[in-house]
Amino acid sequence: MNNLDLLTAITVFVLSVLVGIEVISKVPATLHTPLMSGSNAVHGIVVIGAMLIAAESHTWLGYALAFVAMVFGAMNVVGGYVVTDRMLEMFRAKPTAEKSVTQSQEKAEV
Amino acid sequence: MDTVSNAVQYIFLAAAACFVMGLHLMNHPRTARRGNTLSAGAMALAIAATVWLVTDENVISSTGWLVLISGGVLGAALGLWAAREVQMTSMPQLVSLFNAVGGGAAALIAVGDLLQADHPAALGTRVSLPGALDIVIGAVTLSGSLVAAGKLQGVVSGAPVVFPGARLLNVLLPASFVAGTVWLVLAPDSQVALYGLVAVALLFGVTMVLPIGGADMPVVIALLNAFTGSAVAMAGFVLDETALIIAGMLVSASGGILTKLMADAMNRSIANVVIGGFGTGDSAPATAGAGGAPAQVRPVSADDVAIQLAYARKVIFVPGYGLAAAQAQHELGALAQLLTDHGIDVSYAVHPVAGRMPGHMNVLLAEANVPYTQLKEMDDVNPEFPQADVALVIGANDVTNPIARRPGNAISGMPILDVDKAKSIVVIKRSMGHGYAGIDNELYTDPKTGMFFTDAKKGLSELKAAVGEFVG
Repeated sequence: MNNLDLLTAITVFVLSVLVGIEVISKVPATLHTPLMSGSNAVHGIVVIGAMLIAAESHTWLGYALAFVAMVFGAMNVVGGYVVTDRMLEMFRAKPTAEKSVTQSQEKAEV
Repeated sequence: MDTVSNAVQYIFLAAAACFVMGLHLMNHPRTARRGNTLSAGAMALAIAATVWLVTDENVISSTGWLVLISGGVLGAALGLWAAREVQMTSMPQLVSLFNAVGGGAAALIAVGDLLQADHPAALGTRVSLPGALDIVIGAVTLSGSLVAAGKLQGVVSGAPVVFPGARLLNVLLPASFVAGTVWLVLAPDSQVALYGLVAVALLFGVTMVLPIGGADMPVVIALLNAFTGSAVAMAGFVLDETALIIAGMLVSASGGILTKLMADAMNRSIANVVIGGFGTGDSAPATAGAGGAPAQVRPVSADDVAIQLAYARKVIFVPGYGLAAAQAQHELGALAQLLTDHGIDVSYAVHPVAGRMPGHMNVLLAEANVPYTQLKEMDDVNPEFPQADVALVIGANDVTNPIARRPGNAISGMPILDVDKAKSIVVIKRSMGHGYAGIDNELYTDPKTGMFFTDAKKGLSELKAAVGEFVG
């Protein structure tokens, strides 16, 4: 698999940091929690590494390590995206219709 | 490189581009959800491409497939369950947990790769150095994030845990990282060096986070997020996968920026937080009850406050951690809705460190059905305070203390919300207890300020009922 020379890898490394800083410094404080949980999901890409390790494993220890790495990685990626979506769904410009009904009912009770 | 692995590399590139665009769409609440979906789609594609690659290379054994599929399904199920069940107030714990498993997976990849190399002794620095760094950063993140999650959940004491020799240990352990890393680079086949490095790193994660107070958690979580990203990028160097390097460094940049922002907002240096020992916000509600209030503050009742609110034109709410701790965000949302329906201009002044992780308060308010257009950042809302008829402070303390503008005290120079500039101020608080900086808040003794001594949840319900009477 050694198809990547060190210089290319380091170039990618440095440029990724710069792109990251550029893109993320524009995110408003309102969205910092979803940003963090969303970027958390992005590092779930580690699951790909776990898959490659699982594919190369040939000892029991290797299989055990790969299994735990797969569980961790898959949990990270699936959980991260689902919970971010759950949070972002709540951010609305106007209160939802359904909730407004509950609100007015509550008001009526008062 | 054959055609399939070539094609897979292009798919990874496209996925990486989508991650960047996805993060870019997080710039606005309107497009953020689409950004997350785009990122998730790209991730699914990258995973599918990896399955294709693994199948095509055909070196994987049937046990390997079993491990891959069963581990993947189990992890996905656990992740899905956790993500669906978690309360929004517990979000910091969950993010910590995902940090822990991400870092753990990255460390395991390096361990697996080094242990199973065909000629481990012949591995060059090209693999062994990032491998060693991956193990150190990944393992520190794993144990550190678990301790952080434990503190947030209340399983581990939120107070700074300081044991004799802790400071010394925090110097000795990093020194042993350097020694262990050099050893592993020189002798990549040494299992003693490998396991030793894992053990030292796991221990350091614990001793690093234990002494940090609960109130510093926003900084710690952001820092651990940056660590996980770096660990994943190192795993990318070990495996020669640019996709991991790109994604890892994007996360690392994000975590780094947030760490800096949080530390600035708390007026502390990152080093100062990590060294720990400042104090903790968790002890604040210990002295409940209104009895101990000094004479110079002006206590007010629910009816007093309700009249002010009902006849105001502009009201700014200032929610702090106390609101989240009392789980009163829904009561606040309901009160705000009532005022909005009555034509009163309502907004929320959210300090960057309100809550237990960066931006946490905004999520809690969004959950309480507060439209994001009413959520104002500190710099935007500060000029609006002089026009506000009432500023209602709920569970926020140090971030409202005007003393921060003067030099010579614990919070000098800390960015604060200009609550004292409002025409009238009401503070909902259980007692005169101190915030985590442990100093008196001058806002409370301001003649314009009324203190409504009660529990946030109960107080807000009473206010809503009382305001309802007036605006009927």
